[in-house]
Amino acid sequence: MTRFAMVIDTRTCIGCGDCVVACKTENKVPAGLNRDWIVEATSGTYPNLKTEFRSERCNHCSNPTCVTLCPTGASHLWQDSNIVLVDADKCTGCKACIAACPYDARLVMHPDGYVDKCTFCHHRVEKGLDPACVSSCPTRCMHFGDLDDPGSEVSRLLATRSWKVLSPETGNEPNVYYLT
Amino acid sequence: MEELLVTARSNALIDPGLHIWTWEVAMYLFLGGMTAGIMVFAAAMTLLNKDEEAPLATTQLALLGPVVLSLGMTTLFLDLEHKLFVYRFYTAFMPLSPMSWGSWVLVFIYPVSLLQILSTLRNGYPRLAVYPDRSALGRRVLDWCESNRRSIAMAAIPFGVALGIYTGILLSAFSARPFWNTGILGPLFLVSGLSTAAALVALAARRHGERLMFTRIDLVLILVELALVALFLINLSTGSGVQIEALESIMGGPYTLLFWGLFIGAGLLVPLLLEVLELRGVSMKVVLLAPVLVLLGGYLLRQVMLDVGQESTWTQYPSQYNAELLDRLHR
Repeated sequence: MTRFAMVIDTRTCIGCGDCVVACKTENKVPAGLNRDWIVEATSGTYPNLKTEFRSERCNHCSNPTCVTLCPTGASHLWQDSNIVLVDADKCTGCKACIAACPYDARLVMHPDGYVDKCTFCHHRVEKGLDPACVSSCPTRCMHFGDLDDPGSEVSRLLATRSWKVLSPETGNEPNVYYLT
Repeated sequence: MEELLVTARSNALIDPGLHIWTWEVAMYLFLGGMTAGIMVFAAAMTLLNKDEEAPLATTQLALLGPVVLSLGMTTLFLDLEHKLFVYRFYTAFMPLSPMSWGSWVLVFIYPVSLLQILSTLRNGYPRLAVYPDRSALGRRVLDWCESNRRSIAMAAIPFGVALGIYTGILLSAFSARPFWNTGILGPLFLVSGLSTAAALVALAARRHGERLMFTRIDLVLILVELALVALFLINLSTGSGVQIEALESIMGGPYTLLFWGLFIGAGLLVPLLLEVLELRGVSMKVVLLAPVLVLLGGYLLRQVMLDVGQESTWTQYPSQYNAELLDRLHR
């Protein structure tokens, strides 16, 4: 099984939002909906403040509760990897998967009634390309690759830098990593 | 102290808080639970040979099962966003998804329920039984059902229990929703479903003895339900941080009145008191009020669980705009 991961460097991200625009353009995401977004987290008390920018999206978890709880098999894993996709032809719009995501991140309701989500741009990954958000990042703070390959850029970054994932205590084993 | 600014995220149904399921789903959970109770009581009364003492529950109640369930499934269907693809529930069986189990249980409920109805049709609805009795096949079917009445009743109980408990298990399986993530929810929904069905019989029974019998049954069920609610609250209040946080919604938060005032107060405690008074023989001009309140409480349980549960979360993006900070600038 290939374990695709995204590694995002919060120290070089400037929160410009290009990843959001690239995703909307590449995937023709309907107006008013977004598959990714930027969080600007400021902590501390003035004047000792620290700001962290995070580009967030579906975590393509290794233990995806959205796939487990889907009653029809519409939520599924792509080609023996951890990329979580939704088959619109099997989706009843019951919304169980939306409730099943601890990150409230995974899915948005497409105007046509089925559940839509970040695909890690599997149509690009298939051709050996990076997801649109990664390839459009002007500061090159986003990295994409296979964590099961110890020589990949993402593996090397995680081996050499300090990192975190969002709410690891959910047990979902998310695969979007943030370098800190 | 952390302040968060989130850009480009205002996804319908998800932001600012999850609000994917509304009254349609609460109504289904309520009516599905009541159907479970209807099947279980009709079967139990048959097995206990209560034809004389409880004629409504033994011979007529079962007919309401498919009617109530179909109403519930209609509201559930209204909730689906991709309605034409509803058949997809039946092109797969996903063993790890309680919702998939539930949709298949629903398929089996109808034939079991139909057999239950046919096995008591001649006794309960003689005017309806005239129609199948006109044909040889109809007579044979009714005869077969009547002679297998006890076996059918024994089969109806596990199916009724499965229908009553699965909705609670379904919600409790959402590890992403801390308010639901407790095993008590299954038994709680089952007992509430039984209680609403008992209230329905108490409401509809013409014979005084039958009404008293089901008032007594309901009294016990309300006490069990109160105990399960207490366990639920103990479970969450001693749970993980996100569960304690989720509980605040009903402990001083926006759902406090709905939970304590309407569900616990008007839906459980007031009918409990009225039923005790009725059984003690205190003359009551409003004997019908107790079962009506039990039905209301049964619905409110589903609605409050659904509302608070889907809002409860691991991920919060609080206060993106603080007006107080602007005020400070003006000083």
